[in-house]
Amino acid sequence: MFGFHYRLERKTIGLVLAIIGVASIGGIVEIAPLFTIHQTVEDAPDMRVYTPLELAGRNIYIREGCYACHSQMIRTLRDEVERYGPYSLAVESKYDHPMLWGSKRTGPDLARLGNKYSDEWHVAHLNNPRDVVPESIMPAYAWLSRTELRTDDLSDHLKAQRTVGVPYTDDMIVNAAADAYGQAAPDSPQAEGVVKRYGKATAVRAFDSRPGELTEMDALVAYLQILGRLTDAAHKPVASAEK
Amino acid sequence: MGKEERDPHTGYLTTGHEWNGIIELNTPVPRIIYFFLGAAFLFSLVYWVLMPTWPIGTTYTKGLLGSDQRAYVDNTIKQAALERADWTAQIEKESYADIQKNPALMNVVRETGRTLFGDNCAACHGRDAHGAKGFPNLTTQSWLWGGTPEAIAETIRVGINSAHPETRSSQMLAFGKDGMLPSADIDKVVAFVRSLSNPAAKDLPADKVAAGKMLFATNCASCHGEDAKGNPEVGAPNLTDPYWIYGGDAQSIETTVWGGRQGHMPTWESRLSTLDRKILALYLVDLRKPNP
Repeated sequence: MFGFHYRLERKTIGLVLAIIGVASIGGIVEIAPLFTIHQTVEDAPDMRVYTPLELAGRNIYIREGCYACHSQMIRTLRDEVERYGPYSLAVESKYDHPMLWGSKRTGPDLARLGNKYSDEWHVAHLNNPRDVVPESIMPAYAWLSRTELRTDDLSDHLKAQRTVGVPYTDDMIVNAAADAYGQAAPDSPQAEGVVKRYGKATAVRAFDSRPGELTEMDALVAYLQILGRLTDAAHKPVASAEK
Repeated sequence: MGKEERDPHTGYLTTGHEWNGIIELNTPVPRIIYFFLGAAFLFSLVYWVLMPTWPIGTTYTKGLLGSDQRAYVDNTIKQAALERADWTAQIEKESYADIQKNPALMNVVRETGRTLFGDNCAACHGRDAHGAKGFPNLTTQSWLWGGTPEAIAETIRVGINSAHPETRSSQMLAFGKDGMLPSADIDKVVAFVRSLSNPAAKDLPADKVAAGKMLFATNCASCHGEDAKGNPEVGAPNLTDPYWIYGGDAQSIETTVWGGRQGHMPTWESRLSTLDRKILALYLVDLRKPNP
């Protein structure tokens, strides 16, 4: 075998072909399972997409680097399941482009944060974490409340997400900016369209307690309140295990 | 291809390259490296056979050991539940009053309750349950919706102004913002309300307080009661005690009366089991004992 290698080293074409062959093993092992991903990842027919406001919040989450300290991935370990809730399933990240599983926890995992705390708490906490959690080392994000949310490019964001497989309709893409406004202004005429397009379970409320203004705080809190709630697929195996 | 030459001193083959009379030896790779390479490969062979590894189409090789992370975590959780079964069964079965009389069970409640509270409640109410502005202090005798363990467990279950269909719901009206009371009247009501919990306050003229009392009777008493001691049926706070959720100074009370309040506590029914909620209710009742 070692003699074979010695001889191979002396044949240029043979050596190049052998290098290509060996180097591609790693790639094939990672890529091949993706060809059958539709059969291997569990199904979640009830899963809904992010609304434009939630997607904008998700973009802010990425922009501010929240993923550097917060993971969104509950592992199959007893202590994690007891603290955070059912372990994460692959299907729950189906519409996450890119996924935000994270690799490090300075703060807690956020995969099941949605509806755990009130909007008021999120706003107070983002404005200054020490106001509600004295021992916190999280930075303050007070400017989110003062910064108007940019909505003119939301249609493009939806379109980009559709390109990579998120089932946004033409109707959703055209109305993205109006829907973003309506979701944070429950009494506005735009609010109806949000429920019509994204379903009754969509949270339509003034996330930052100021229905007239659409701020980045609205978007981020809307996103945080939907984490882990696009589908309840993860709760089903655990429920059956308890029985 | 150079012809094979051997170095006369070491006996190794040379690579056949020569630079100004210096010849490169073709020293073989040390044997130990080959050994570890082989050992690692053997290990991977064994691993492939025993553990789930290779993807094959729509499934994967399951391995002889049948290891499965999801089954593993389900098992460890069941195992843990079994280990706790002796006291969880007791807490589930017995009434609140009986558990409170049982020091051994209350020790378990204190220990488990502290963890549950830290994981779920401490973000708003603080690790010591003393609360913060807008988030009630849970160590006092002042409870909006009743302070019995049963009432607390129910509040944890359905939440306050939450998404739960049976949620406890209440709202302090925005008397100023919605034009129900002019600013001058709000001023008087605030003076009266402040006099209730702080009779010694010097900046409260008697006539203002008296006028405020009249306004209170017509506007506020329906929820807070004639005596302003609150009503746990509708979650109206007692205004005569020294505990305030949004602050008890003149400015804070004025803000509350002017703009209204609607606190929000999430429902925990889908997140915490009945047992967990029972432990939390007992934990909170136990917490406030030392300071009656």
